[in-house]
Amino acid sequence: MTTAAPQPLPTAVRPRSVTSEPSWVRGLLIGVTLGFLGLFLILPLLSVFLQAFGKGLEYYGRAIADPLAWSALKLTLLTAGFAVPLNCVFGVAAAWAIAKFQFPGKTVLITLIDLPFSISPVVAGLIFVLVFGTKGWLGDYENAEHPWFPWLQTWLNAHDFQIIYAVPGIVLATIFVTFPFVARELIPLMQAQGRTEEEAARVLGASGWQTFWLVTLPNIRWGLLYGVILCNARAMGEFGAVSVVSGHIRGQTNTLPLHVEYLYDSYDFTAAFAVASLLALLALVTLVVKTWAERKNVAVKSSWRWAPWC
Amino acid sequence: MIFSRQRSVLPGFNLTLGFTLFYLSLVVLIPLSSIFFKTSTLSWAEFVRVTTSPVALASYRLTFGASFCAALVNAVFGLIVAWVLVRYQFFGKRLLDALVDLPFALPTAVAGITLARLYSDNGWLGGGLAHLGLTVANTRLGIFVALTFIGLPFMVRTVQPVLEDLDAEIEEAAASLGANRWQTFWRVIFPMLTPALLTGIALAFARALGEYGSVIFIAGNIPLKTVITPVLIMGELDSFSYAKATALAVVMLVVSFTLILFINALQWWSGRHHGQN
Repeated sequence: MTTAAPQPLPTAVRPRSVTSEPSWVRGLLIGVTLGFLGLFLILPLLSVFLQAFGKGLEYYGRAIADPLAWSALKLTLLTAGFAVPLNCVFGVAAAWAIAKFQFPGKTVLITLIDLPFSISPVVAGLIFVLVFGTKGWLGDYENAEHPWFPWLQTWLNAHDFQIIYAVPGIVLATIFVTFPFVARELIPLMQAQGRTEEEAARVLGASGWQTFWLVTLPNIRWGLLYGVILCNARAMGEFGAVSVVSGHIRGQTNTLPLHVEYLYDSYDFTAAFAVASLLALLALVTLVVKTWAERKNVAVKSSWRWAPWC
Repeated sequence: MIFSRQRSVLPGFNLTLGFTLFYLSLVVLIPLSSIFFKTSTLSWAEFVRVTTSPVALASYRLTFGASFCAALVNAVFGLIVAWVLVRYQFFGKRLLDALVDLPFALPTAVAGITLARLYSDNGWLGGGLAHLGLTVANTRLGIFVALTFIGLPFMVRTVQPVLEDLDAEIEEAAASLGANRWQTFWRVIFPMLTPALLTGIALAFARALGEYGSVIFIAGNIPLKTVITPVLIMGELDSFSYAKATALAVVMLVVSFTLILFINALQWWSGRHHGQN
């Protein structure tokens, strides 16, 4: 017995799909979405740029070219220049150990790597004050309540190497808050990829480094880029942790976000928004690169989405 | 090879694990342990006095209350946003989808000053709201607004992938059994989204508890009224009361560690829930 294949109904009489909503519900939900995102995302973003140019191009240029803004920009770049590569090397090493090998305590290790994300930025700054501050473990030896490492304290004092309220403290606090970014992108990605390709390369005679550079790295490049760009955005934009350890010495220990705060608190709103517009631009570039990396690698996106704690 | 296991053809285990543990200890664990050493210089009675002072209690109430309200509002609107982004087609959808992550990418200080200006008395939104008798800047409402902004992506990004993976057959089955669209959503789709929604709420809540940069500008930081716990810690630090600051930090750490455990349990549950479909 043969049955005639069912003919599709013409569009005009095709019933509405049972798995979609009436058009007025769709319209309402789209309207709510546009309204909510417009109010909370688009309006603030627009207002950064509009207020930045509120007193014209010349004022904008002057706020950006201000020597204090320049030194803040340089410090921000320097901080990210330390934090991003260090956390990147750490992320690759941690992901290699965790994804390619079996060992006890792996889950604990992954949880510990995520720890900095769950700690308030202010507390992150505080811990470095407790370690390196005048009365901390590695603080001024003469005045220390508990001299923990006398030789190190003496050495630091002798070389006048200040950490808190100076650049090293800012770098350390930034490394802390951006610590998990690269590792947490790469671990699920490399776990999903398994180890067969690397094993094949080894069997064919490649050395360990060759295997890493020629097999692993090309496989993880989009995930790596993704982690690095997010790590960089946070490193350049970190405010709370850096604020605790910086000491707010203008021209010396103010990063761009701290300079924005200084300008805002001195009621120079237009200049504050001019400098803030640079950071907003960084955020937009980050979103573009992030979306691009996601499109290149779907696995990256799903791993990020299941663990969006940062 | 430091653990007894099968010999591996892949090299670098000792090197990478060793470096990982060294770097983790140096950057995270040792500095973090200073908190507990510092707290131990306080007696138990002192610790309790600092962490349950009226100022501290007021700051907990505010921080928890505002974070929770913001997480709940995000649960409602985040679900709608995720639904619309997954299911409907409209002009500018991909742009909006990418913009959802703006609160992650935008430095908190920039978000803070922007919201503070928008909602100030002569700001774009503050002026209009003032006519309605609503003051946002320098009030608890302002803190709520900032925390809603910060929490938005957590909600959307946890619900979105679950919605994407939902099988259309389940909805078709519900419809063929006579359920209308609302019944299908409420009794079939929503229960499947519950673990993701709870995870999203917990993530947004956890992030909001520790938030500093986006709140301080709009909060006005009026003692006992609009001082959140991180600002209180900052104040103690500014007056060099490290022990007091540390005691408050311990309270925050204990809360966030509890939340991590809760979120891990939720993700495990939702992973199982998800796997069964």
